[in-house]
Amino acid sequence: MSAENSEKRDIRILAIESSCDETAAAVVKNGREVLSNTIYSQIDLHTLYGGVVPEIASRKHIEKINQVIKTSLNEAGCTLPDIDAIAVTYGPGLVGALLVGVSEAKAISFATGIPLVGVNHIEGHICANFIEHPDLKPPFMCLVASGGHSHLVLIKDYGEYEIIARTHDDAAGEAFDKVARAIGLGYPGGPKIDRISKEGNPDAIAFPRGKVEGSEYDFSFSGLKSAVLNYLNGCRMKGEEFSQADVAASFQKAVIEVLVGHSLKAAEDYKVSTFAIAGGVASNSSLRAEFVKECKARGIDFYYPSPVYCTDNAAMIGVAGYFEYMKGYRSGYDLNAVPGLGIGEKQGVRKA
Amino acid sequence: MKIIGIDSSGLVASVAIWEDDTVIAEYSTNYKKTHSQTLLPMLDQIKKMTDLDMDTVDAIAIAAGPGSYTGLRIGSATAKGIALALDIPIVEVPTLEGLAYNMWGTTDLVCPIMDARRKQVYAGIYEFDPELNAVYPQSATDIYDITDKLNEFGSPVIFLGDGVPAYGEIIKERMKVPFKYAPANKNRQSAASVVSLGAIYFKEGKAINADDHSPVYLRKSQAENEGPQNFEV
Repeated sequence: MSAENSEKRDIRILAIESSCDETAAAVVKNGREVLSNTIYSQIDLHTLYGGVVPEIASRKHIEKINQVIKTSLNEAGCTLPDIDAIAVTYGPGLVGALLVGVSEAKAISFATGIPLVGVNHIEGHICANFIEHPDLKPPFMCLVASGGHSHLVLIKDYGEYEIIARTHDDAAGEAFDKVARAIGLGYPGGPKIDRISKEGNPDAIAFPRGKVEGSEYDFSFSGLKSAVLNYLNGCRMKGEEFSQADVAASFQKAVIEVLVGHSLKAAEDYKVSTFAIAGGVASNSSLRAEFVKECKARGIDFYYPSPVYCTDNAAMIGVAGYFEYMKGYRSGYDLNAVPGLGIGEKQGVRKA
Repeated sequence: MKIIGIDSSGLVASVAIWEDDTVIAEYSTNYKKTHSQTLLPMLDQIKKMTDLDMDTVDAIAIAAGPGSYTGLRIGSATAKGIALALDIPIVEVPTLEGLAYNMWGTTDLVCPIMDARRKQVYAGIYEFDPELNAVYPQSATDIYDITDKLNEFGSPVIFLGDGVPAYGEIIKERMKVPFKYAPANKNRQSAASVVSLGAIYFKEGKAINADDHSPVYLRKSQAENEGPQNFEV
């Protein structure tokens, strides 16, 4: 550990994340520098079922969690006495899965006296942008799109979030998964649709662009999903073959147009000059390309994380946890998993 | 020698501290609050109350299953986290052995029963001669299987556990040998029992690396039972 009398002491956060199907731990220095980022992915187990099975995910988390944490500390060249705080995802996510990480983190904090801070998974996704972009500072707007979430969020300051838009039905990533399954690509849908879309014609089929009456920034993807299913049914009734690549590319274009369109409208209305994306869907190559192009045309600075920081990981939790810790937030041994935790909401996380 | 005991396998949340053949603290609640909110605050209380220096703890004894899946994992993650931080091992105590140990010394057979839902129970049949011995090891089964076995053995029985209120009628109807129910101070999970039995196992060298511990569920997940073809995510 650096000396107490040095000008600015380094702060190391051990982060633990188990909200879905990745068991992850990381050590992050000063909120920006990732010393280690360990992920045990269970995806092969869940692929059999076409999606994440909560009980299987929870069982795997408890099996792997100690190894993942130890690997992360080792790779960071740290032991627990070097750690200033433990950050853990306590929501949103699968309750049984979250409880493994939360219980483990609390126990380590209890046994060592290292302070604990509960972190919001979605805020973690947003904070993933700080890792590779030292120049990125609030205020900025961020689109968070993943298998469970689609939000437009205004980051007013570190740790201060205002929700600008949300989805009224399916999350963007959920739509990717459902359409991928329907056209026979399998799980997980996002990367598979991204890949095959490159061989398809995005204008082959005119799928609808979802709108929500009365809330211009909000998202709706269930109509689009139904339109794809109807199209596939129509093909089957007529005994026609459909092109996987064309359906994928046309569907993807419809999703991206809505995500980018609503994002940039909100960015302009709120007069933000910086925009970022986060979450699993943010690793979609066409979405990134479209944002790059459209932001450039409007003079908006655009940021996105590397794919490894888009999908679930603990480094992002360490970053979000750092800012919470520095603001004085702490959690007690009664911290609980909050599966429906909202962005900007706190339960069991208080100023010390 | 000091060992921490934890049982969160059912509705009861229970923690205890064992020191040199005596339980120096136990804290149990049988209340609807989630274990995530109760278990560690309770352990913190008894730690403070007994001025426990965590660096002097030698092992964690845990009710290692069966039980409520989530409850078990909260206990296991708590045990694994403490063990990781202190670099100490875990002693796995089968949940029903821990429960049976409440009745140490009886000459009757002891039959702890937990309500496992889906018309099943987790149960085992134990005797003391003088230490705990499994006559029928813990299993996920139905109550009829258990009463049949007990009638076959022919000895008097003490029942305990949260399966008793759930299956009392059937027990009364089916049992052909004398039986009684454990009293209120003995009829639920107790970390004092888990840690006392765990201490014996610890001395016998049965502790394991905490990293390798995960609960014994005795049942597959519903998804695994139904198979990928039939299970809708």
